[in-house]
Amino acid sequence: MSDAKLPGLLDAEAIRKDFPILDRVVHDGKKLVYLDNAATSQKPRQVLDAMSDYNERHNANVHRGVHVLAEEATALYEGARDKVAGFINAPSRDEVVFTKNASESLNLVANMLGWAEEPYRVEHDTEIVITEMEHHSNIVPWQLLSQRTGAKLKWFGLTDDGRLDLSAIDEVITEKTKVVSFTLVSNIMGTINPVDAIVRRAQEVGALVVVDASQAAPHMPLDVQALQADFVAFTGHKMCGPTGIGVLWGRQELLDDLPPFLGGGEMIETVTMHASTYAPAPHKFEAGTPPIAQAVGLGAAVDYLSAIGMDKIEAHEHALTEYAVRKLQEIPDLRFIGPTTAEDRGAAISFTLGDIHPHDVGQVLDEQGIAVRVGHHCARPVCLRYGIPATTRASFYLYSTPAEVDALAEGVEHVRNFFG
Amino acid sequence: MYQEVILDHYKHPHGRGLRDGDAEVHHVNPTCGDEITLRVLYDGHTIRDVSYEGQGCSISQASASVLNELLVGKELDRARTIQETFLELMQSRGKIEPDDAMEDVLEDAVAFAGVSKYPARVKCALLSWMAWKDATAQALGEDSVKEKTV
Repeated sequence: MSDAKLPGLLDAEAIRKDFPILDRVVHDGKKLVYLDNAATSQKPRQVLDAMSDYNERHNANVHRGVHVLAEEATALYEGARDKVAGFINAPSRDEVVFTKNASESLNLVANMLGWAEEPYRVEHDTEIVITEMEHHSNIVPWQLLSQRTGAKLKWFGLTDDGRLDLSAIDEVITEKTKVVSFTLVSNIMGTINPVDAIVRRAQEVGALVVVDASQAAPHMPLDVQALQADFVAFTGHKMCGPTGIGVLWGRQELLDDLPPFLGGGEMIETVTMHASTYAPAPHKFEAGTPPIAQAVGLGAAVDYLSAIGMDKIEAHEHALTEYAVRKLQEIPDLRFIGPTTAEDRGAAISFTLGDIHPHDVGQVLDEQGIAVRVGHHCARPVCLRYGIPATTRASFYLYSTPAEVDALAEGVEHVRNFFG
Repeated sequence: MYQEVILDHYKHPHGRGLRDGDAEVHHVNPTCGDEITLRVLYDGHTIRDVSYEGQGCSISQASASVLNELLVGKELDRARTIQETFLELMQSRGKIEPDDAMEDVLEDAVAFAGVSKYPARVKCALLSWMAWKDATAQALGEDSVKEKTV
């Protein structure tokens, strides 16, 4: 790196010691440069240890049984809920519902609203609003709801520089709108969206607000009260936790009023052959044996990130993103898909490289040990919007370094020469 | 993986562009967004032309070019043997080292042997071949064939 130390960087070398996988070499001795963090992050030893400790010493089913292990497992599982509640500044721990992942969280909300009574019910002659930059997991559940209820699905389009086009916000969000669901940070373009403007308009018309925070929770302080949303969804595996655990935060009164989606053990109060009554939230929405070890792992991840400080992680990634945007901009034929500066953007950077297909870019980068994501990133409408089949995406995290940005820029140059 | 033969076909594709055909199909590879529109033209059981248009990675584009080079002018039975041999090679997960007999059948297409080690890319290599199989079935009045390749 030619530059002096970038402002706001964490001591990534010290942090990397917590992540054994980052020491891997691939393809006959190439040092791994892991830049696919928007797809999934790596897990620190603290998370791995918490999960194996759970499995080796405390494993039991939760909320059942009175034996020692059952009580320990329950305490650990519910302790993870407390940690997550603190991490997102939830007013109450009972507002934190554990799910399988963010997709399940969003599907859960869509189904609650489809089965709800008035005033929440999404039905014929009402409207659902999303945006063109959503991950498929925040598009398809709403398409399904729209098809099943007859509600109209509408969306905000995008500007040429990868931002939401809110110029017609009053026509998009109307008195008929029941729910507005949008991503806080785009997984493909990195765009950070203006929450306040959308929430203000949604509140004016009495629509519920759902925020997909999958790319936000890992990378910046997340305060569900400050967001003023009604539901917030995110997943564990992008924030140093394991796969198989996600979170849906919802406002207490909504969780109390809205109907369950999945039925089963754990979510009931009493059951007869004729009818059942339900447990209070969050358990009303957690049918069946939950992902216990995964919740414990997420709790450990939250502790790990909080100890470093989400504001510091945000600053670190911002510095790296600014540096990466500057370095990549120097490469001929490289076109950013998304904002071309580091302002109001997260640490996921998508680009195209002349006519070279992203799969070829990704493959030749991989040969150099550099792991990026290629394809449409489960956000195909964004690719259609910009008239491209796919992008190459590099995404950073708290353990990423300026040297890795340099490796990426050199790698992309090599790709150009290889296919040039 | 990126053999010279593959890069050559990618940079200088054979028979690209859509021309007359008896049947046309459009196949996509949803994992990477590769797309191909392909037409076949038969004269009895002789392949008169395979024309195509599409977008995608070097592997999918080169593979379509090789397909055109190999199949145009062939009898259907021979073409099917070539297609099946190519499929076998691509599904071998890098375990088949092409011998002389296989090279005789596949010619330039043996260059794709290395691709079979990369499961994510096998679909790219097979895209045009599965499209050809589907188009041929339709041209002959058979049911459309869309099958899982990996």
